[in-house]
Amino acid sequence: MGLKEIRWHGRGGQGVVTASELIAEAAILEGNYIQAFPEFGPERMGAPIKAFTRISDEPIKIHSQVYTPDIVMVLDPTLLGSVNVTEGLSDDGILIVNTPLGEGELRAQLGFNGKIYAFNATKIAMETIGRPVANTSCAGALVKASGLVKLENLLDVTEEKFKEKLSQKAIIANKEAIKAAYEAV
Amino acid sequence: MKKVLSGNSAAAYGSMLVRAEVISAYPITPQTKIVEKIADLIANGEFKTEFVKVESEHSAMAAAVSASLVGARTFTATSAQGLLLMHEILHWASASRTPIVMVNINRGLAPPWSVWADQTDSIAQRDTGWMQFYCESCQEVLDTMIQLYKVAEDKDVLLPAMLSEDAFLLSHTSEIVDIPDQEKVDDFLGTFDPEYKLDVNRPMSFGSLSMPHQYYYEFRYKIAEAMENAKNKIIEVERDFEKVFGRSYGGFLDLYRCDGADIVLVAAGSMSSTIRIAVDEMRDKGHKVGLARLRVFRPFPVEEFKKLAKDVKIIGVLDRSFCFGYEGAFFTEIKSALYNMDDRPLVKGYVVGIGGRDVTLDVIFEIIDDCMKTTDTKEESFKWIGLKG
Repeated sequence: MGLKEIRWHGRGGQGVVTASELIAEAAILEGNYIQAFPEFGPERMGAPIKAFTRISDEPIKIHSQVYTPDIVMVLDPTLLGSVNVTEGLSDDGILIVNTPLGEGELRAQLGFNGKIYAFNATKIAMETIGRPVANTSCAGALVKASGLVKLENLLDVTEEKFKEKLSQKAIIANKEAIKAAYEAV
Repeated sequence: MKKVLSGNSAAAYGSMLVRAEVISAYPITPQTKIVEKIADLIANGEFKTEFVKVESEHSAMAAAVSASLVGARTFTATSAQGLLLMHEILHWASASRTPIVMVNINRGLAPPWSVWADQTDSIAQRDTGWMQFYCESCQEVLDTMIQLYKVAEDKDVLLPAMLSEDAFLLSHTSEIVDIPDQEKVDDFLGTFDPEYKLDVNRPMSFGSLSMPHQYYYEFRYKIAEAMENAKNKIIEVERDFEKVFGRSYGGFLDLYRCDGADIVLVAAGSMSSTIRIAVDEMRDKGHKVGLARLRVFRPFPVEEFKKLAKDVKIIGVLDRSFCFGYEGAFFTEIKSALYNMDDRPLVKGYVVGIGGRDVTLDVIFEIIDDCMKTTDTKEESFKWIGLKG
């Protein structure tokens, strides 16, 4: 596997850091090593933010920022005009975007030549959770697009992580969102 | 039990594992999550402790000193401006011989405002009589907290200890952390029961006046002596910790591939892990490069540095802080430690990462390259790396 680096784009309050941690925690269940961290700085509700996940089958030593991610996940479609989401992403990389647009339109807009997965995470979240919280759907889509962790492990850590904060009903809804997004990409 | 914890959460769990009886802290970015996590642990009934809410860091440390004086195991945490505000009481803590453990998140000092990694805040507390440790990983933060209470509360030491971790690079970075069993920690640490404490049934006074002809001078000597005693204790506790918990961090100087090294880089904190990668790459290319991670700054590991310096040609010192009017503190002190050696290596100094400027692999390679290019072995240079024009 080697070292894989994921960059997450979203806005403060959308659960971006939580999503980055969910993938990390799922990777641990498969015997891998991880790091997960937010963009370094104060976080403000609604402002564009980034988060990062590192996964490797060997212990991760590096403690500097991520400059050339292997995978970029965009949780909020409204960022596309203002944030350069493909920065440092090579054509070997994977770009996953929560967007109502199709893959072709997105590719034209971003001028990115690598693999693109376009899917409507907000719509999935509305149908399952009933609120436009796209972080868990995006984690589900990332699992499918990247193959870095297994779906069942993501579902397990979601249950574990949310059990103190959310109702059982809300946990089930989030797991449904993950599964629906996994099928959608 | 393995959990995904940030450096902040690791510190909070550490305070629970050591069964801190009193915690007094004031929130400040990037330390806030420590206080929040402790509040969570108290709220959900996992952690029984007395949390003292205060209006400033000065009061946080004053409350900690008082709590420790009555014999309570005491914890606090702060960062940057907060640490500076505590400065007066830091001296009170050490001279009152209160073994408080404090986590400091190393952060840049204002102005201009910076909340990012920079070790100037703790370096500026060098002469307060606190032991100072610098950590490299979230696991080390948790483990070192346990070790520090054992060292600090020893009757031959009885000094406070500061554990520093870099802002965001550790405080907000989640890693896999093995949380040791409570029983094992209880057995390892025991309870804090100082011989002298504030006790209504056995009245005595602490911190009253001492005239020049009385014992002030001797009290200061006792602090100096306690710091010396801490040297053996730190090594002993590290050894015992390894026996019980199976992990160790090299004591004072964590040596990585220093065997037969011509060039050794010295650094503290999270950048050390990035240097390990650079060392591996250089070794793969046949260059004899190593890392000596400075884990303990007070008491300063003079003997360890002398031992290291015997077989090394160049020591490159990385400072994430700067003492205006001179140079980086680690650079100065390492040179001082080696001064009386007959055949000492060249020591070169580099300032990096101030205010959270990222210390990347390229920065490390630039420094190694600068060391390798050195031909004049008398040239003692000092540089700021990566300044913008």
